[in-house]
Amino acid sequence: MKFAVIVFPGSNCDMDLYYAVSKGIGQEADLVSYKEESLDGYDGILIPGGFSYGDYLRSGAIASHAPIIKEVIRLANEGKPVLGICNGFQILTEIGLLPGTLTNNRQNCFICKQVELVVENNKTIFTNKYNLNEKIIIPIAHGEGRYYCDEATLRELNENNQVIFRYGQNINGSVEEIAGITNKQGNVLGMMPHPERAIESILGSDDGLKLFKSMLETQKNGVHI
Amino acid sequence: MILVKIYVTLKDSVVDVQGEAIKDATHTMGYPNVSEVRMGKYFELKFDDNAEHLEQDVDEICDGLLANPNIESYRYEIAEEA
Repeated sequence: MKFAVIVFPGSNCDMDLYYAVSKGIGQEADLVSYKEESLDGYDGILIPGGFSYGDYLRSGAIASHAPIIKEVIRLANEGKPVLGICNGFQILTEIGLLPGTLTNNRQNCFICKQVELVVENNKTIFTNKYNLNEKIIIPIAHGEGRYYCDEATLRELNENNQVIFRYGQNINGSVEEIAGITNKQGNVLGMMPHPERAIESILGSDDGLKLFKSMLETQKNGVHI
Repeated sequence: MILVKIYVTLKDSVVDVQGEAIKDATHTMGYPNVSEVRMGKYFELKFDDNAEHLEQDVDEICDGLLANPNIESYRYEIAEEA
């Protein structure tokens, strides 16, 4: 399976994602510049965390107009897996591939720590290696991670089982403790926590590895829903 | 030259945590009568005089970039500039 890790000016988790794919699950990955205009030949797209364009204007706002984005949208519409982590999640909402918005944490400060997540849906291409309601430990590191959406969107997310991860405790003021959601089709996942920083126990947790293994499992054997 | 002044503010339904922090600071400064602070963004865009469909362009720029319609609203003023 060949992954593209999109690199924007200010991305800083690109190498972690590259490592998670190449060492964690032994697959091929390329670092692909935001200036590129083709993603032909890739089976999956990974949008890393960081501070693209210095978070100017709003986090993810300027990156959502970069040249590579048309291709990200094309592959998403083709049903390829697209995973956005932290700033990647913010970019996916700014593009409009995912509903809602990430804005300043309720306590208005940056939070960097290990948190407990609950797997709310394990019938996805990203979570089929987890158990339903499994509690996992994944680090977060964000200042603008408070998920916000209107009530109609929230109802739709819940009805379609698009909420994939919730925080064990509401650490940043997100509506209904939402930590990660997919699009309606289920092939685009955005999440604030960093599974790529939890792929070896020496890092404090390897609970993130199963997310990458799930994508590989889907590619090999299809989704078992 | 045409000058467009654009104001982007958070919708009332969205908690403005930066505004709250600023309000707390005004109280520390000795102004306890400040009851609310809402923070926004201000932009000045200059257009060539021959800009056609100016309002349509400004709306598209606001909706597509300067404001996030999920959480923010915007308003603007158009002025001639010498």
